[in-house]
Amino acid sequence: MSNTLEHHLSLLFSSIFTENLALAYFLGMCTFLAVSKNVKTAFGLGIAVIVIQTITVPANNLIYQKLLKENALAWTGVSQLASTDLRFLGLISYIGTIAAMVQILEMTLDRFFPALYNALGIFLPLITVNCAILGGTLFMVERDYNFAESVTYGFSSGLGWALAICALAGVREKMRYSDVPAGLRGLGITFITVGLMALAFMSFAGIDI
Amino acid sequence: MSAPKTREVLFDPLFKNNPIALQVLGICSALAVTTRLDKSITMAISVVFVVAASNAAVSAIRNFIPSSIRIIVQMTIIASLVIVVDQFLRAFLPSIADELSVFVGLIITNCIVMGRAEGFAMKNPPMASFLDGIGNGLGYSLILIVVGFFRELFGAGTLFGITVMPSIPNGGWYEPNLMMLTPPSAFFIIGIFIWVLRTFRPEQVEAE
Repeated sequence: MSNTLEHHLSLLFSSIFTENLALAYFLGMCTFLAVSKNVKTAFGLGIAVIVIQTITVPANNLIYQKLLKENALAWTGVSQLASTDLRFLGLISYIGTIAAMVQILEMTLDRFFPALYNALGIFLPLITVNCAILGGTLFMVERDYNFAESVTYGFSSGLGWALAICALAGVREKMRYSDVPAGLRGLGITFITVGLMALAFMSFAGIDI
Repeated sequence: MSAPKTREVLFDPLFKNNPIALQVLGICSALAVTTRLDKSITMAISVVFVVAASNAAVSAIRNFIPSSIRIIVQMTIIASLVIVVDQFLRAFLPSIADELSVFVGLIITNCIVMGRAEGFAMKNPPMASFLDGIGNGLGYSLILIVVGFFRELFGAGTLFGITVMPSIPNGGWYEPNLMMLTPPSAFFIIGIFIWVLRTFRPEQVEAE
């Protein structure tokens, strides 16, 4: 794996556009559909997701590379530990890290940035169960990113998700003026809209930077 | 609160109170796996197992969980069950497990599991919670299987990998609709599914 600027830029663009967590992998859909009724709250949630994603993906990367991966414990110098493979503990460690990070961030914001805390308020605890966060971590593990890549990936995948939810909220705000068939109103038309947005995002697929 | 009837607990989530179509829960992780019917069914069974078992487990210890740490307790139970499923699939169905990739792990954050643990299992006895888990798992499976059916049939002309409509590249007459294999089609199918469901059950239509 190279660590050049080009490599990171290409990772950045592919995870924002072509591999958008929300529109290409259906991650974070529950919150995506439930909290996209207006742009302001969608924006707040988007920022929260970017922050948490940028912290948790690298944190889980360290846990994976230094503790869980096959032969990862070799750095301890204890020969019995050198060949252990703890990957089966992965899921429970990642979700624990995410829950802890969300809790820590919540307390830090409450103590030092009360204005931001009040703005994000109810969204922070919800983020623990947002599939986009755990999904980001699991993709990082599956693609075996190194630490630097995981920082880029965490930030850009969060940004992609935030972009998608803001765009959807904008569309839904305008849709209030349209005459939607009764059975499609609300959830139904939202699904169709997201489908169309996903189609639009697919057009980025040919771009290779 | 009176004890919910077994039959209602088990069958309500299928059409009357479908977790995906009405409660907007658990759409997250699973739609990417519906490009083929066998993957959808594997995923559906895994989710039914996890929801039912976690509901029963949470409900059995519900009187001992302090409310301030209940989320983390539920998470731990769910995560352990998902690890069991994940290891099982890797051991016995390695090819499907590879294709499902991260989505088995994502059952942890599937809102259905969490939502039912928090919303039902914390207030009801283990047996009812177990059935509620199965019911909701089935409601979820229903959508997964419908979506998987249409996507595989129209996207590749096959079902379970067996050719139903011979495609033109293989010398048949059916031109595969490749859009069905891409993510947007899943959204369209669910949107239409909700539309059909609500046409027959007008009480589910959302107010303007």
